[in-house]
Amino acid sequence: MIHRYKLGGMNIVLDICSGSVHLVDEVAYDMIGLFEAESREAITAAMLEKYGDREDVTEADVNECYEQIEELRDAGKLFTPDTFEPMAGALKAKSANVVKALCLHVAHTCNLNCSYCFASQGKYHGDRALMSFEVGKQALDFLLEHSGTRHNLEVDFFGGEPLMNFDVVKQLVAYARSREKECGKHFRFTLTTNGVLIDDDVIDFANREMSNVVLSLDGRKEVHDRYRVDYAGNGSWDRIVPKFQKLVKARGNKAYYMRGTFTHANPDFLKDIQQMLDLGFTELSMEPVVCAPGDPSALTDEDRVIVMEQYEKLAELMLERRRAGKPFTFYHYMIDLTGGPCIYKRISGCGSGTEYMAVTPWGDLYPCHQFVGDEKFRLGDVWTGVTNTEIQADFASCNVYAHPECRDCWARLYCSGGCAANAYHATGSVRGVYKEGCELFKKRMECAIMLEASKALDNNA
Amino acid sequence: MKHIQTLETRNLCESAKNGGCGECQTSCQSACKTSCGIANQQCENT
Repeated sequence: MIHRYKLGGMNIVLDICSGSVHLVDEVAYDMIGLFEAESREAITAAMLEKYGDREDVTEADVNECYEQIEELRDAGKLFTPDTFEPMAGALKAKSANVVKALCLHVAHTCNLNCSYCFASQGKYHGDRALMSFEVGKQALDFLLEHSGTRHNLEVDFFGGEPLMNFDVVKQLVAYARSREKECGKHFRFTLTTNGVLIDDDVIDFANREMSNVVLSLDGRKEVHDRYRVDYAGNGSWDRIVPKFQKLVKARGNKAYYMRGTFTHANPDFLKDIQQMLDLGFTELSMEPVVCAPGDPSALTDEDRVIVMEQYEKLAELMLERRRAGKPFTFYHYMIDLTGGPCIYKRISGCGSGTEYMAVTPWGDLYPCHQFVGDEKFRLGDVWTGVTNTEIQADFASCNVYAHPECRDCWARLYCSGGCAANAYHATGSVRGVYKEGCELFKKRMECAIMLEASKALDNNA
Repeated sequence: MKHIQTLETRNLCESAKNGGCGECQTSCQSACKTSCGIANQQCENT
């Protein structure tokens, strides 16, 4: 399967199953589009008819182009067949019962009251609670015991607002570090915070211990303060921005992301990206809201048209700033063509419910943070491990080929079948497809690959 | 005339022979927690 598109003044052809990316001229673009359906004679005639007024497009030239296409096909770089389905379960089978990542819900409570919060203001439709050190320690022991030969282990401190339980976060990091050497493991910690409780102590700790910090900021003050308010209804932008700036400045080269959400209120989210840049932030992640279709914050069909345009304009801005020596990162446009994920990872997806799980303040295990609070998805707990093997088996068999709608989609080896939680909330099945999300994802991939292609051209210039 | 320029990419068919170590980062942990992109990840065993 191939995918052809035009963007950024380039004609781009993707060979989906080899991962190859080709930049082509107009003639090759058209010929590749006809190659599988038409004979050589018919393609040649069509090209000479279409480009007959161009001196540089002769019959010899069209023949040469045809041979280049054949060479690429024979080299396994164009029209590569999909032979991967038989290995669809291989990675998960090979790593059965191996857990390498936990999302620790250290706080099911929050000091903000954001109406669009997927976690119902941090409570996950349940009681407010803080995780005790004992539960967190048991979760880390569970991870160490079930991590098999994995060296890198990941723990995200999540909520709610994890800094409302900062002492336990510090204790858990100290405990994990004390076990690294004897267990031959390396912990990578991340922290997702709304910023309200950031102080010098938090900054020192986060910049020493956290591989990555995710800082919630929606961009423009009026956009951010529309949803991200405290329980008195006051916006949080003025309080958190200086704290984020101080943390990021002190962080040096360590990873961070400003993580924003765009909604029906701001489908023109590029203005929010620009605001973040103006504030001095350069590592950005701006995501569409995930909520029920009738929710006031939900994106409409009209919004999505605007969002698609914004994605293209964002790519243009990134290109412009990179060439001006002022680059910035947009999480979903990060794509490494030479060092990206292997085919096993691309087929098997994020690992939710198998190698990645969420832990509630009470020690219950769920397939990921987005299933927490939905009792039928409870997998077990950190003391007895996974007891609901039926649900786990459902997630283990959830790969790109388990989604019938994905079979003919060019983006399937980039999204791996998409997010199970989004699919479930949109369709009632983890094997469903969140169609609105798919369209946005495909646009993001087209932009990301275009940016990489332009980088390659700039480097060769 | 060269009509087609092929960029350097990781060959997915080759990666079937030597991939699958499982050390790469869990995508959803990286940044957004709502719309993960496997393609945004990097191989940790290149």
